[in-house]
Amino acid sequence: MAKVLMLGRLRDVAGWRERTLDTPPPTLSALRDLLAREDPALGEALAGKGVQAAVNKAVVRADAAIGPGDEIAFLPPMSGG
Amino acid sequence: MTVRVQTEPFDAGALLTAFSAGRLTSGGIVSFTGLARETTDGAAVANLELDAYPGFTEPAIAAMEAEALERFPVQDLLVVHRYGPIRPGEAIVFVAAAAEHRRAAFEAADFLMDYLKTRAPFWKKETGPGGERWIEPRPSDYDDVKRWS
Repeated sequence: MAKVLMLGRLRDVAGWRERTLDTPPPTLSALRDLLAREDPALGEALAGKGVQAAVNKAVVRADAAIGPGDEIAFLPPMSGG
Repeated sequence: MTVRVQTEPFDAGALLTAFSAGRLTSGGIVSFTGLARETTDGAAVANLELDAYPGFTEPAIAAMEAEALERFPVQDLLVVHRYGPIRPGEAIVFVAAAAEHRRAAFEAADFLMDYLKTRAPFWKKETGPGGERWIEPRPSDYDDVKRWS
């Protein structure tokens, strides 16, 4: 089981913030593809400029491996202050 | 070196008083308080909501403090940042830097704010009469942060 999180505007596009997957795909790019097939608007948002992904709270490359027990977060461009 | 990410409102004056207490070797302290504005580019803002990623946001800010400490001869740094719903006039962020000499404290606070604006893991949504709008850094924010590269 893996946990998927949508931060910022991605949460509004997806209509959910957190979701669990019983059998996550093996890579981050496969997860993006899966999410895009289910929800093309979300797929487009995830492919948007500046969207990063983190696995277990560390930013990773787009083709990173993922597995059961992982927490995968999609992060749009950040802005604090 | 302290980072606090919280939903509760804070009193910037009280934070500065506590941060300043007992600093016998500091020659100066610089602090910055960022407030939620009532208007953005002329448009009314009824409410601001910041999303954060607890467990990810704090270490990212701690890494900024560590970088500031490497770049500037400061003695101590404090960043307090809110998330959740924030009303106009309330403080969003507080940064303080203590140093033996003032220049380092000014620079470290300036550096931290530029980094927070463009690299801190927060996401901002404004709600006004025209509906909701997610805010991303302005081009000028990215120009500001380039000053340090």
